[in-house]
Amino acid sequence: METQDKKEYVNHFFQVFKRYVEIGRVAYISFGPHAGKLVAIVDVIDQNRALVDGPCSGVRRQAMPFKCMQLTDFVLKFPHSARQKHVRVAWEKENINEKWTGTRWAKKIEAREKKAKMTDFDRYKVMKAKKMRNRIIKHEVKKLQKQSSKKFNIHFVSVFVL
Amino acid sequence: DGVTSDAGLALEPGSRILGPFPSSKMAGEKKAGEKKAKKPRKHHASRNPVLARGIGKYSRSAMYARKAMYKRKYDAPETKIEKKKREKAPATLTKPVGGDKNGGNRVVKVRKMPRYYPTEDVPRKLLSHGKKPFCQHKRKLRASITPGTVLIILTGRHRGKRVVFLKQLASGLLLVTGPLAINRVPLRRTHQKFVIATSTKVDISGVKLPKHLTDAYFKKKRLRKPKHQEGEIFDTEKEKYEVTEQRKTDQKTVDSQILPIIKKVPQLRGYLRSVFALSNGVYPHKLVF
Repeated sequence: METQDKKEYVNHFFQVFKRYVEIGRVAYISFGPHAGKLVAIVDVIDQNRALVDGPCSGVRRQAMPFKCMQLTDFVLKFPHSARQKHVRVAWEKENINEKWTGTRWAKKIEAREKKAKMTDFDRYKVMKAKKMRNRIIKHEVKKLQKQSSKKFNIHFVSVFVL
Repeated sequence: DGVTSDAGLALEPGSRILGPFPSSKMAGEKKAGEKKAKKPRKHHASRNPVLARGIGKYSRSAMYARKAMYKRKYDAPETKIEKKKREKAPATLTKPVGGDKNGGNRVVKVRKMPRYYPTEDVPRKLLSHGKKPFCQHKRKLRASITPGTVLIILTGRHRGKRVVFLKQLASGLLLVTGPLAINRVPLRRTHQKFVIATSTKVDISGVKLPKHLTDAYFKKKRLRKPKHQEGEIFDTEKEKYEVTEQRKTDQKTVDSQILPIIKKVPQLRGYLRSVFALSNGVYPHKLVF
Protein backbone atom coordinates (compact mmCIF):
# COMPACT_ATOMS: atom_id res chain seq x y z
CA MET A 1 0.00 0.00 0.00
CA GLU A 2 0.95 3.62 -0.21
CA THR A 3 2.16 3.97 3.31
CA GLN A 4 4.22 0.81 3.06
CA ASP A 5 5.75 2.01 -0.21
CA LYS A 6 6.65 5.27 1.43
CA LYS A 7 8.46 3.50 4.14
CA GLU A 8 10.22 1.24 1.70
CA TYR A 9 11.49 4.38 0.02
CA VAL A 10 13.28 5.20 3.18
CA ASN A 11 16.51 3.47 2.57
CA HIS A 12 18.82 4.68 5.34
CA PHE A 13 20.38 2.54 7.97
CA PHE A 14 17.97 4.10 10.40
CA GLN A 15 14.82 6.13 9.99
CA VAL A 16 15.05 9.82 10.78
CA PHE A 17 11.31 10.23 10.94
CA LYS A 18 8.92 7.58 12.16
CA ARG A 19 5.56 9.37 11.91
CA TYR A 20 4.51 10.88 8.63
CA VAL A 21 1.79 13.29 7.68
CA GLU A 22 -0.59 11.20 5.63
CA ILE A 23 -4.28 10.90 5.07
CA GLY A 24 -5.76 9.38 8.16
CA ARG A 25 -2.90 10.28 10.48
CA VAL A 26 -4.28 11.09 13.92
CA ALA A 27 -2.71 14.23 15.36
CA TYR A 28 -2.77 15.85 18.77
CA ILE A 29 -3.39 19.60 18.78
CA SER A 30 -0.87 21.25 21.07
CA PHE A 31 -1.98 24.87 21.11
CA GLY A 32 -4.73 27.08 19.83
CA PRO A 33 -8.46 27.05 20.47
CA HIS A 34 -8.63 23.26 20.21
CA ALA A 35 -5.60 22.55 22.34
CA GLY A 36 -5.53 19.06 23.78
CA LYS A 37 -7.83 17.39 21.25
CA LEU A 38 -7.22 14.66 18.67
CA VAL A 39 -7.93 15.13 14.96
CA ALA A 40 -7.50 13.11 11.81
CA ILE A 41 -5.75 14.59 8.78
CA VAL A 42 -8.21 14.38 5.92
CA ASP A 43 -6.32 16.23 3.22
CA VAL A 44 -3.29 18.43 2.72
CA ILE A 45 -4.01 21.95 1.51
CA ASP A 46 -0.55 23.34 0.99
CA GLN A 47 2.84 23.32 2.61
CA ASN A 48 1.56 24.66 5.91
CA ARG A 49 -2.03 23.57 6.29
CA ALA A 50 -4.11 20.47 6.35
CA LEU A 51 -7.78 19.82 6.22
CA VAL A 52 -8.53 18.29 9.53
CA ASP A 53 -11.54 16.68 11.19
CA GLY A 54 -12.25 15.41 14.68
CA PRO A 55 -15.79 14.10 14.77
CA CYS A 56 -15.28 12.10 17.97
CA SER A 57 -13.29 14.80 19.75
CA GLY A 58 -15.42 17.87 19.11
CA VAL A 59 -13.35 19.53 16.38
CA ARG A 60 -15.20 20.70 13.30
CA ARG A 61 -13.81 20.00 9.91
CA GLN A 62 -11.44 22.86 9.21
CA ALA A 63 -8.06 23.92 7.93
CA MET A 64 -5.34 23.74 10.51
CA PRO A 65 -1.67 24.64 10.33
CA PHE A 66 0.77 21.77 10.75
CA LYS A 67 2.65 23.71 13.35
CA CYS A 68 0.01 23.22 16.00
CA MET A 69 -0.35 19.50 15.30
CA GLN A 70 1.75 16.78 16.85
CA LEU A 71 1.55 13.44 15.07
CA THR A 72 0.56 10.35 17.00
CA ASP A 73 1.16 6.72 16.17
CA PHE A 74 -2.35 6.10 14.97
CA VAL A 75 -3.39 6.03 11.32
CA LEU A 76 -6.92 5.60 10.08
CA LYS A 77 -8.02 4.25 6.79
CA PHE A 78 -10.14 6.48 4.68
CA PRO A 79 -9.68 8.07 1.27
CA HIS A 80 -8.59 11.69 1.02
CA SER A 81 -11.33 14.34 1.48
CA ALA A 82 -13.65 11.70 2.90
CA ARG A 83 -16.83 12.92 4.49
CA GLN A 84 -17.04 13.43 8.21
CA LYS A 85 -19.27 10.39 8.47
CA HIS A 86 -16.57 8.15 7.09
CA VAL A 87 -13.95 9.66 9.27
CA ARG A 88 -16.14 8.98 12.26
CA VAL A 89 -16.75 5.41 11.19
CA ALA A 90 -13.04 4.79 10.76
CA TRP A 91 -12.29 6.45 14.10
CA GLU A 92 -14.75 4.38 15.99
CA LYS A 93 -13.71 1.20 14.25
CA GLU A 94 -10.14 1.69 15.38
CA ASN A 95 -11.35 2.80 18.80
CA ILE A 96 -8.89 5.66 18.79
CA ASN A 97 -10.23 7.34 21.93
CA GLU A 98 -9.58 4.32 24.08
CA LYS A 99 -6.23 3.61 22.50
CA TRP A 100 -5.21 7.19 23.07
CA THR A 101 -6.03 7.19 26.77
CA GLY A 102 -3.96 4.00 27.07
CA THR A 103 -0.82 5.56 25.62
CA ARG A 104 1.94 6.86 27.83
CA TRP A 105 1.67 10.24 26.13
CA ALA A 106 -1.91 10.74 27.23
CA LYS A 107 -1.11 9.50 30.73
CA LYS A 108 1.72 11.97 31.06
CA ILE A 109 -0.57 14.79 30.00
CA GLU A 110 -3.11 13.73 32.56
CA ALA A 111 -0.50 13.49 35.30
CA ARG A 112 0.72 16.99 34.49
CA GLU A 113 -2.81 18.35 34.71
CA LYS A 114 -3.42 16.66 38.02
CA LYS A 115 -0.19 18.01 39.43
CA ALA A 116 -1.12 21.55 38.46
CA LYS A 117 -4.47 21.19 40.19
CA MET A 118 -3.04 19.92 43.47
CA THR A 119 -4.22 21.81 46.52
CA ASP A 120 -2.07 22.50 49.55
CA PHE A 121 -3.54 19.50 51.37
CA ASP A 122 -2.87 17.27 48.34
CA ARG A 123 0.72 18.41 48.25
CA TYR A 124 1.11 17.43 51.87
CA LYS A 125 -0.35 13.98 51.23
CA VAL A 126 1.95 13.48 48.24
CA MET A 127 4.92 14.49 50.34
CA LYS A 128 4.02 11.96 53.00
CA ALA A 129 3.46 9.22 50.45
CA LYS A 130 6.76 9.92 48.70
CA LYS A 131 8.58 9.94 52.00
CA MET A 132 7.15 6.58 52.97
CA ARG A 133 7.91 5.09 49.55
CA ASN A 134 11.48 6.28 49.62
CA ARG A 135 11.91 4.93 53.08
CA ILE A 136 10.77 1.49 52.00
CA ILE A 137 13.00 1.55 48.96
CA LYS A 138 15.99 2.65 50.97
CA HIS A 139 15.35 -0.04 53.48
CA GLU A 140 15.39 -2.74 50.84
CA VAL A 141 18.46 -1.31 49.17
CA LYS A 142 20.29 -1.21 52.47
CA LYS A 143 19.37 -4.81 53.07
CA LEU A 144 20.77 -5.86 49.72
CA GLN A 145 23.91 -3.81 50.27
CA LYS A 146 24.45 -5.46 53.60
CA GLN A 147 24.04 -8.90 52.08
CA SER A 148 26.48 -8.21 49.31
CA SER A 149 29.01 -6.63 51.65
CA LYS A 150 28.77 -9.63 53.97
CA LYS A 151 29.52 -11.97 51.04
CA PHE A 152 32.50 -9.85 50.09
CA ASN A 153 33.78 -9.85 53.65
CA ILE A 154 33.58 -13.64 53.89
CA HIS A 155 35.59 -13.96 50.67
CA PHE A 156 38.16 -11.53 51.97
CA VAL A 157 38.49 -13.28 55.28
CA SER A 158 38.78 -16.66 53.64
CA VAL A 159 41.60 -15.35 51.41
CA PHE A 160 43.46 -14.14 54.50
CA VAL A 161 42.96 -17.42 56.21
CA LEU A 162 44.42 -19.20 53.27
CA ASP B 1 -77.37 83.51 55.14
CA GLY B 2 -74.20 82.52 56.90
CA VAL B 3 -75.27 78.90 56.78
CA THR B 4 -75.99 78.82 53.10
CA SER B 5 -72.85 80.73 52.20
CA ASP B 6 -70.89 78.23 54.25
CA ALA B 7 -72.44 75.29 52.52
CA GLY B 8 -71.54 76.38 49.02
CA LEU B 9 -67.92 77.46 49.04
CA ALA B 10 -66.45 78.84 45.86
CA LEU B 11 -62.86 77.78 45.54
CA GLU B 12 -60.71 80.38 43.91
CA PRO B 13 -58.16 78.67 41.73
CA GLY B 14 -54.96 78.49 43.71
CA SER B 15 -56.57 79.06 47.08
CA ARG B 16 -55.98 76.66 49.93
CA ILE B 17 -58.37 75.75 52.68
CA LEU B 18 -56.28 74.56 55.58
CA GLY B 19 -57.33 72.30 58.34
CA PRO B 20 -60.42 70.24 59.00
CA PHE B 21 -63.60 71.38 57.38
CA PRO B 22 -66.48 72.15 59.70
CA SER B 23 -69.14 69.48 59.33
CA SER B 24 -72.25 70.67 57.52
CA LYS B 25 -74.95 71.39 59.96
CA MET B 26 -77.97 70.90 57.74
CA ALA B 27 -80.73 69.59 59.92
CA GLY B 28 -81.89 67.12 57.35
CA GLU B 29 -78.40 65.57 57.21
CA LYS B 30 -78.25 64.44 60.80
CA LYS B 31 -81.58 62.78 60.62
CA ALA B 32 -80.76 60.93 57.45
CA GLY B 33 -77.63 59.15 58.56
CA GLU B 34 -74.89 60.09 60.96
CA LYS B 35 -72.40 57.86 59.19
CA LYS B 36 -72.25 60.29 56.29
CA ALA B 37 -71.08 63.23 58.35
CA LYS B 38 -69.73 65.06 55.36
CA LYS B 39 -72.09 65.79 52.56
CA PRO B 40 -70.26 66.08 49.28
CA ARG B 41 -69.69 69.84 49.14
CA LYS B 42 -71.24 71.80 46.38
CA HIS B 43 -68.71 74.41 45.38
CA HIS B 44 -69.82 77.90 44.62
CA ALA B 45 -68.95 79.30 41.24
CA SER B 46 -66.21 81.86 41.11
CA ARG B 47 -67.19 85.02 42.91
CA ASN B 48 -64.78 87.06 40.85
CA PRO B 49 -66.15 87.72 37.38
CA VAL B 50 -63.56 87.70 34.67
CA LEU B 51 -62.94 90.95 32.80
CA ALA B 52 -60.23 89.61 30.55
CA ARG B 53 -58.19 86.46 30.73
CA GLY B 54 -56.18 86.49 33.94
CA ILE B 55 -57.85 89.68 35.23
CA GLY B 56 -60.71 89.61 37.74
CA LYS B 57 -63.05 92.37 38.70
CA TYR B 58 -62.24 92.41 42.39
CA SER B 59 -59.01 92.90 44.23
CA ARG B 60 -57.48 90.51 46.71
CA SER B 61 -58.86 92.28 49.72
CA ALA B 62 -62.34 92.54 48.14
CA MET B 63 -62.26 88.83 47.43
CA TYR B 64 -61.18 88.14 50.98
CA ALA B 65 -64.37 89.81 52.14
CA ARG B 66 -66.59 88.25 49.48
CA LYS B 67 -65.38 84.73 50.24
CA ALA B 68 -65.74 85.35 53.97
CA MET B 69 -62.20 84.14 54.61
CA TYR B 70 -62.35 85.96 57.96
CA LYS B 71 -64.63 83.14 59.07
CA ARG B 72 -62.42 80.35 57.71
CA LYS B 73 -59.24 80.43 59.65
CA TYR B 74 -57.74 77.06 60.40
CA ASP B 75 -54.67 75.95 62.24
CA ALA B 76 -52.07 73.73 60.65
CA PRO B 77 -51.38 70.56 62.64
CA GLU B 78 -48.48 70.83 65.04
CA THR B 79 -45.24 69.59 63.51
CA LYS B 80 -42.86 67.31 65.40
CA ILE B 81 -40.34 70.09 65.86
CA GLU B 82 -42.93 72.36 67.42
CA LYS B 83 -44.03 69.56 69.66
CA LYS B 84 -40.45 69.03 70.78
CA LYS B 85 -40.12 72.70 71.52
CA ARG B 86 -43.23 72.59 73.60
CA GLU B 87 -42.13 69.64 75.71
CA LYS B 88 -39.28 71.18 77.56
CA ALA B 89 -36.79 69.23 79.64
CA PRO B 90 -36.48 70.37 83.22
CA ALA B 91 -33.90 73.16 83.62
CA THR B 92 -32.97 72.42 87.24
CA LEU B 93 -32.87 69.42 89.53
CA THR B 94 -32.89 69.20 93.30
CA LYS B 95 -30.25 66.89 94.63
CA PRO B 96 -29.78 65.73 98.22
CA VAL B 97 -26.70 66.97 100.03
CA GLY B 98 -25.07 65.41 103.06
CA GLY B 99 -23.61 66.91 106.19
CA ASP B 100 -25.19 68.58 109.26
CA LYS B 101 -26.83 71.92 109.15
CA ASN B 102 -26.46 72.02 105.43
CA GLY B 103 -30.07 72.12 104.37
CA GLY B 104 -31.12 68.84 102.84
CA ASN B 105 -31.07 69.84 99.17
CA ARG B 106 -29.40 71.96 96.62
CA VAL B 107 -31.02 73.18 93.44
CA VAL B 108 -28.65 72.26 90.63
CA LYS B 109 -28.78 73.41 87.05
CA VAL B 110 -29.05 70.59 84.56
CA ARG B 111 -27.14 72.40 81.81
CA LYS B 112 -24.42 74.54 83.28
CA MET B 113 -22.78 77.62 81.80
CA PRO B 114 -19.43 76.98 80.15
CA ARG B 115 -16.44 77.35 82.48
CA TYR B 116 -14.05 78.43 79.74
CA TYR B 117 -14.37 80.66 76.71
CA PRO B 118 -11.47 80.37 74.30
CA THR B 119 -9.86 83.63 73.17
CA GLU B 120 -9.95 82.56 69.54
CA ASP B 121 -13.05 81.16 68.06
CA VAL B 122 -12.44 77.96 66.18
CA PRO B 123 -14.06 78.22 62.76
CA ARG B 124 -16.86 75.78 62.15
CA LYS B 125 -15.85 72.75 60.12
CA LEU B 126 -17.58 72.17 56.83
CA LEU B 127 -20.09 69.37 56.72
CA SER B 128 -18.65 66.09 55.47
CA HIS B 129 -20.61 63.24 53.96
CA GLY B 130 -20.30 59.55 54.46
CA LYS B 131 -17.20 59.61 56.70
CA LYS B 132 -18.01 56.92 59.20
CA PRO B 133 -15.98 55.95 62.25
CA PHE B 134 -14.21 52.59 62.23
CA CYS B 135 -16.90 50.86 64.25
CA GLN B 136 -19.44 51.56 61.53
CA HIS B 137 -17.34 50.51 58.57
CA LYS B 138 -18.58 47.75 56.28
CA ARG B 139 -16.69 44.52 56.94
CA LYS B 140 -15.82 42.40 53.96
CA LEU B 141 -14.75 38.79 53.88
CA ARG B 142 -13.16 37.02 50.95
CA ALA B 143 -15.44 34.45 49.39
CA SER B 144 -12.77 31.80 49.80
CA ILE B 145 -12.87 32.16 53.60
CA THR B 146 -15.83 30.34 55.16
CA PRO B 147 -16.18 28.90 58.66
CA GLY B 148 -14.06 25.77 58.84
CA THR B 149 -11.55 26.77 56.18
CA VAL B 150 -7.93 25.89 56.82
CA LEU B 151 -5.90 29.10 56.62
CA ILE B 152 -2.15 29.58 56.36
CA ILE B 153 -0.96 32.38 58.63
CA LEU B 154 1.75 34.45 57.00
CA THR B 155 2.85 36.92 59.67
CA GLY B 156 3.34 36.97 63.38
CA ARG B 157 4.84 34.39 65.64
CA HIS B 158 2.74 31.67 64.08
CA ARG B 159 3.81 32.26 60.52
CA GLY B 160 3.50 29.32 58.22
CA LYS B 161 1.13 27.47 60.50
CA ARG B 162 -2.05 25.99 59.21
CA VAL B 163 -5.03 26.90 61.28
CA VAL B 164 -8.82 26.48 61.35
CA PHE B 165 -10.98 29.55 60.76
CA LEU B 166 -13.96 29.94 63.10
CA LYS B 167 -15.69 33.23 62.41
CA GLN B 168 -15.24 36.88 61.59
CA LEU B 169 -15.47 39.25 64.55
CA ALA B 170 -17.21 42.61 64.61
CA SER B 171 -13.99 44.49 63.93
CA GLY B 172 -13.38 42.46 60.78
CA LEU B 173 -10.57 40.35 62.21
CA LEU B 174 -10.76 36.59 61.88
CA LEU B 175 -11.15 34.35 64.91
CA VAL B 176 -8.92 31.36 64.49
CA THR B 177 -7.82 28.33 66.47
CA GLY B 178 -4.95 25.84 65.97
CA PRO B 179 -6.43 23.76 67.61
CA LEU B 180 -3.99 24.28 70.45
CA ALA B 181 -3.23 20.58 70.91
CA ILE B 182 -2.22 20.26 67.27
CA ASN B 183 -0.03 23.26 66.55
CA ARG B 184 0.06 25.47 69.64
CA VAL B 185 -2.06 28.19 68.12
CA PRO B 186 -4.68 29.27 70.66
CA LEU B 187 -7.97 31.04 70.05
CA ARG B 188 -6.56 34.07 68.38
CA ARG B 189 -7.38 36.93 66.05
CA THR B 190 -5.71 37.32 62.67
CA HIS B 191 -6.06 39.75 59.86
CA GLN B 192 -7.69 38.65 56.65
CA LYS B 193 -4.97 40.25 54.52
CA PHE B 194 -2.14 38.29 56.06
CA VAL B 195 -3.61 34.89 55.51
CA ILE B 196 -3.82 32.43 52.61
CA ALA B 197 -7.12 30.61 52.36
CA THR B 198 -6.71 27.01 51.26
CA SER B 199 -9.50 25.06 49.67
CA THR B 200 -9.47 22.52 52.48
CA LYS B 201 -12.53 22.85 54.67
CA VAL B 202 -13.51 21.30 58.00
CA ASP B 203 -17.19 20.88 58.76
CA ILE B 204 -17.77 23.28 61.64
CA SER B 205 -21.51 23.60 61.31
CA GLY B 206 -22.14 21.70 64.53
CA VAL B 207 -19.63 23.61 66.60
CA LYS B 208 -21.02 26.10 69.09
CA LEU B 209 -18.74 28.99 69.95
CA PRO B 210 -19.14 30.77 73.29
CA LYS B 211 -20.85 34.11 72.89
CA HIS B 212 -18.34 36.10 74.90
CA LEU B 213 -15.55 35.67 72.34
CA THR B 214 -15.59 39.23 70.97
CA ASP B 215 -13.01 41.86 70.16
CA ALA B 216 -13.11 43.19 73.71
CA TYR B 217 -12.20 39.74 75.00
CA PHE B 218 -9.11 39.56 72.82
CA LYS B 219 -7.99 43.16 73.11
CA LYS B 220 -4.55 43.68 74.62
CA LYS B 221 -4.69 45.10 78.14
CA ARG B 222 -2.42 47.99 79.12
CA LEU B 223 -2.06 49.34 82.68
CA ARG B 224 -2.67 53.05 82.82
CA LYS B 225 -2.06 54.06 86.41
CA PRO B 226 1.52 55.24 86.85
CA LYS B 227 1.65 57.13 90.10
CA HIS B 228 4.53 59.26 88.83
CA GLN B 229 7.21 57.15 90.41
CA GLU B 230 10.07 57.58 88.03
CA GLY B 231 12.12 54.50 87.39
CA GLU B 232 9.50 52.10 88.62
CA ILE B 233 6.95 52.90 85.96
CA PHE B 234 8.34 50.47 83.44
CA ASP B 235 8.51 47.62 85.90
CA THR B 236 4.91 47.70 86.96
CA GLU B 237 3.61 47.52 83.39
CA LYS B 238 2.65 44.02 82.31
CA GLU B 239 5.71 42.68 80.50
CA LYS B 240 4.87 39.06 80.27
CA TYR B 241 1.53 37.89 79.03
CA GLU B 242 -0.06 35.32 81.30
CA VAL B 243 -2.76 32.98 80.16
CA THR B 244 -5.90 33.49 82.21
CA GLU B 245 -8.02 30.59 83.36
CA GLN B 246 -10.92 31.77 81.29
CA ARG B 247 -8.85 31.55 78.15
CA LYS B 248 -7.92 28.00 79.03
CA THR B 249 -11.51 26.95 79.57
CA ASP B 250 -12.69 28.63 76.40
CA GLN B 251 -9.89 26.97 74.47
CA LYS B 252 -10.95 23.62 75.85
CA THR B 253 -14.62 24.04 75.01
CA VAL B 254 -13.89 25.02 71.42
CA ASP B 255 -11.13 22.52 70.76
CA SER B 256 -13.00 19.59 72.27
CA GLN B 257 -15.65 20.13 69.59
CA ILE B 258 -13.24 20.55 66.71
CA LEU B 259 -10.66 17.83 67.41
CA PRO B 260 -12.96 14.85 66.79
CA ILE B 261 -14.03 16.36 63.46
CA ILE B 262 -10.39 16.75 62.46
CA LYS B 263 -9.55 13.20 63.50
CA LYS B 264 -12.20 11.85 61.17
CA VAL B 265 -10.50 13.22 58.05
CA PRO B 266 -7.44 11.09 57.22
CA GLN B 267 -4.10 12.90 57.44
CA LEU B 268 -5.72 16.21 58.33
CA ARG B 269 -4.16 16.23 61.76
CA GLY B 270 -0.67 15.81 60.34
CA TYR B 271 -1.45 18.50 57.78
CA LEU B 272 -2.40 20.97 60.48
CA ARG B 273 0.71 20.12 62.40
CA SER B 274 2.94 20.81 59.42
CA VAL B 275 4.21 24.22 58.44
CA PHE B 276 3.99 25.89 55.03
CA ALA B 277 7.26 26.74 53.32
CA LEU B 278 8.53 27.70 49.89
CA SER B 279 11.40 25.92 48.25
CA ASN B 280 13.19 25.98 44.91
CA GLY B 281 10.86 25.94 41.98
CA VAL B 282 7.76 26.69 44.06
CA TYR B 283 6.08 29.89 42.97
CA PRO B 284 3.08 31.11 45.00
CA HIS B 285 1.36 32.63 41.98
CA LYS B 286 1.39 29.23 40.28
CA LEU B 287 0.27 27.20 43.28
CA VAL B 288 -3.31 26.20 43.69
CA PHE B 289 -4.14 26.51 47.37
